[in-house]
Amino acid sequence: MATKAEVLDFIRIYADKMAEHRQELTDLDQAIGDGDHGINMSRGFKAVMEKLPAVENKSIDEILKTVGMTLISTVGGASGPLYGTAFMKAGMSTKEKEELSNEDVILAFDEAVGGIQFRGKAVRGEKTILDSMIPAIDAIKASIKEGKTMAEALVEAEKAAWNGVEYTKTIIATKGRASYLGERSIGHQDPGATSMAYAFQAANEVAQKAGK
Amino acid sequence: MVGFVVVSHSQKIAEGTVELAKQMAADVKISAAGGMEDGSIGTDVSRILAGIEAVQTGDGVVVLVDLGSAVMSSEMAIEMLSDGSNVKIVDAPIVEGTIFGAVQASIGSSLEEVIDVLAGTKSYKKI
Repeated sequence: MATKAEVLDFIRIYADKMAEHRQELTDLDQAIGDGDHGINMSRGFKAVMEKLPAVENKSIDEILKTVGMTLISTVGGASGPLYGTAFMKAGMSTKEKEELSNEDVILAFDEAVGGIQFRGKAVRGEKTILDSMIPAIDAIKASIKEGKTMAEALVEAEKAAWNGVEYTKTIIATKGRASYLGERSIGHQDPGATSMAYAFQAANEVAQKAGK
Repeated sequence: MVGFVVVSHSQKIAEGTVELAKQMAADVKISAAGGMEDGSIGTDVSRILAGIEAVQTGDGVVVLVDLGSAVMSSEMAIEMLSDGSNVKIVDAPIVEGTIFGAVQASIGSSLEEVIDVLAGTKSYKKI
């Protein structure tokens, strides 16, 4: 499960990570894209941090929707509509909730990934965000099904996300700017998959802190 | 009259494209939605939304895009309209598409006719 405080904590920790890894994400994007992923994500989450105090006493869906809208209007690159849609869809699935059960968390992740697939018209294996996100969500589902706690599930999810990031080095990009490079995109790690892996790292850290 | 929005990551590309098209079709409403609010490179949903609203007369709007997030941001802007049914993103080269489309619109063509003409711009030969 996740409380509202944990959802807020997740957003703050993820925003910190986007600032901290700004250069790394930008370097990855420079190799195969337009070199703005780190700049865009940190700009977007800086704006999120400015908006957050005004909504932190509202319901979880309001908070997530505000994050989504802020990303859509401030990121500038493809990650804006993609991450923005993910947060908005996750928000819509948690309507009027003050606390999320494990099922609610899984539903929110499912809605988020569905939003990204809809917006980006991509599937797994195209060297995108989805290549770390889908395995991570699958790991959460499998762990919860085995009777593990959400904290245990998120350890597995982060592991799966980073494995997914490694996998992106082996495949050709067929979506986004990197697709212009074709075969030359092989060997490079996808920046979107990487920024998404940090989301699962942030969620994992929150869960370990909460100890459940 | 059909209106146009030019969506580019670059403010200069969007504005330059509008400038070129206006030379051929001065009366057509064309807005430039290029770059971010602060002038940096990127696409901005709210600028696109404002651009659509500025050129919508009821006869429809054609949105021309450069690449990547320009498509996604334009789709989101259209979804945010209360009625986006006559606002269409076309798959055409941004400069040629804007010029050909604007000329077509200036002679009073419908949204469908303009879109038909733009479908042909992809195979337009320069040499």
